[in-house]
Amino acid sequence: MFEFLENLGKATRSNFAKLGRSTLFLGHTLSGISDVIPRPNLLIKQIYSVGVLSFLIITISGLFVGMVLGLQGFYTLSDFGAEESLGVMVAASLVRELGPVVSALLFAGRAGSALTAEIGLMKATEQLSGMEMMAVDPVKRIISPRFLAGFISTPLLAALFSAVGVIGGHLVGVGMLGVDDGAFWAQMQANIDFQQDIINGVIKSIVFGFVVSWIALFEGYDAIPTAEGVSRATTRTVVNSAFSILGLDFILTALMFGDM
Amino acid sequence: MANSESLEKNIVSIKNLSFSRGSRKIFDDISLNIERGKVTAIMGPSGTGKTTLLKLIGGQLSPDHGQIHVDGQNVHRLKSKDLFNLRKRMGMLFQSGALLTDMNVFDNVAFPLREHTHLPESMIRTLVLMKLHAVGLRGARNLMPSELSGGMARRVALARAIALDPLMIMYDEPFTGQDPISMGALVHLIKSLNVALGLTSIIVSHDVQETAAIADYIYVLSEGKIVGQGTPQQLADSDSEWVQQFMNGNADGPVPFQYPAPDYLDDLLASH
Amino acid sequence: MQHSKTQDTLVGLFVATGIAALFYMALQISNLGSYSSDDTYTVIANFQNSGGLKIKSPVSIAGVRIGRVSSITLDKETHESVVEMQIESKYNNLPDDSGASIYTAGLLGEQYISIDPGPGISGDFLKNKSKIDNVSSAIILEEMIGKFMLNKAEGK
Repeated sequence: MFEFLENLGKATRSNFAKLGRSTLFLGHTLSGISDVIPRPNLLIKQIYSVGVLSFLIITISGLFVGMVLGLQGFYTLSDFGAEESLGVMVAASLVRELGPVVSALLFAGRAGSALTAEIGLMKATEQLSGMEMMAVDPVKRIISPRFLAGFISTPLLAALFSAVGVIGGHLVGVGMLGVDDGAFWAQMQANIDFQQDIINGVIKSIVFGFVVSWIALFEGYDAIPTAEGVSRATTRTVVNSAFSILGLDFILTALMFGDM
Repeated sequence: MANSESLEKNIVSIKNLSFSRGSRKIFDDISLNIERGKVTAIMGPSGTGKTTLLKLIGGQLSPDHGQIHVDGQNVHRLKSKDLFNLRKRMGMLFQSGALLTDMNVFDNVAFPLREHTHLPESMIRTLVLMKLHAVGLRGARNLMPSELSGGMARRVALARAIALDPLMIMYDEPFTGQDPISMGALVHLIKSLNVALGLTSIIVSHDVQETAAIADYIYVLSEGKIVGQGTPQQLADSDSEWVQQFMNGNADGPVPFQYPAPDYLDDLLASH
Repeated sequence: MQHSKTQDTLVGLFVATGIAALFYMALQISNLGSYSSDDTYTVIANFQNSGGLKIKSPVSIAGVRIGRVSSITLDKETHESVVEMQIESKYNNLPDDSGASIYTAGLLGEQYISIDPGPGISGDFLKNKSKIDNVSSAIILEEMIGKFMLNKAEGK
């Protein structure tokens, strides 16, 4: 019993210590962003590896999610004779929830894990240490550009996901199941509000991008510099990102769509 | 404070240094000096914290007690900006080379120049080719680090370490895991760079033969203490049993072959 | 740093596509495209009961949307619902004796205000802050059913 309490205390303490380290790390990373701006080449290279390389998985997933929504929505709505609302249903689900959330989850799996592994391996092979000894701050030189790239890429990826998803829903609903084309778009446009839905969706994806990039880079930087340590850190990135995305999604949804 | 005469003579002076990791004492009140323009070796068995000593000198770790002065500056009292400026004058060669894996050889050597200077690209090219030529790898400039052998990677890292013309270079286990030819090349390079560039070299190693061949002065560390020091010749003639065992590589001696264990016979019979 | 032209181009394409998707969402999916940034003027109508009317509910004439509800408040003295609506300025020729009614789109649809243009006896038009006097409130389904049941019972 006593041992249990002692272990609990130790675990709590080390978790708080980690939280503290990650916060300091975030501050350090953010302070390095001003150094990235004058060197766009660093940023472009990272947007390529986090954004462009996630492009395919995001668009294909978006298309399929949209198609499934079209199909499922049609079956449910046609029971009430409300097939015309299919457009609203597909667009609202995508823009408000699925676009930001699923694209952030995919981003964590595709780009986040890669970032953690990359930084962890750089640490394990003494590249970060080596940089420090060359009087280059590795956080500012290596972490900040990656952070900024993740932060910029996620809203774009989420927008792509939603846009492609709506097209997928249209493909199935209008193309295959015969929902009226005009009604599909008109209902959608009448009911999806620019500020309430689109802007809030974009804000969500920006928050998710921030958090996922932070988690991925910190786990890499904080990893135990061995093969096992890096692989564990990569797993932690995916798990912690998923938790944070879903938890934050609830909080943000409550704030945005709840009664003010 | 180091007085001005010893400051002139010693580029690094370590006083009463203690450092522990967890409950393990890695250095226990050691003091040593490293002379300008010389090749100084710090030797000892694996796990005596030789790499840790280099990290302490480079300011990546902070000591529990004691002071380290590099070029007259107390490393652990410096603000991070001054520490970075000091580091520009120190080169460090990591065991693995620590080349940046996403850049080719040329860009790796150009890295410190591009980070710290505003030289035009044509001048950077000239400088990089000069440094690469000095380590004999001018022809390998377009290779990626993954395409290099271990010895070549270390030579590229050496070219990178001298890119900013530092005052001193710290070598972390430069000879470990090298075939005889690349070992010979490295030994030759370290010595000739020291002479040609007027550098101070600190070599951390446990390869006795190679290190003794080029070192001007050797410190031997064991269990957090300095157990022997002197020129290679003095150490070879040392009457300390420990130093003799280390220099000659005897399997048994003051450092026992067996890790401390219960009596052998008792242990074998204990299962019944 | 080594950076290739292709990489730059791909990043450029990626960012452009992402921004295009954002615009697509804004203009094609949401109501932003149907917002007219034109000037509007405010018309006020007091209803006995505004039912399920909401802010941003449409205001239309003959099925054509001409504006939106901008606020719904309660008049503390008369206990009526004060509905303000923004009408697009290009529809500036609504007679001042027009009527406003709250209707429901379909049986279960959302509620909207329908303006019924009056005969224009005075020759004046509705202006900013004009008040529509001729109103008919929202039809409350429960009320209607209640009345219907009562009539049935009485008629029996």
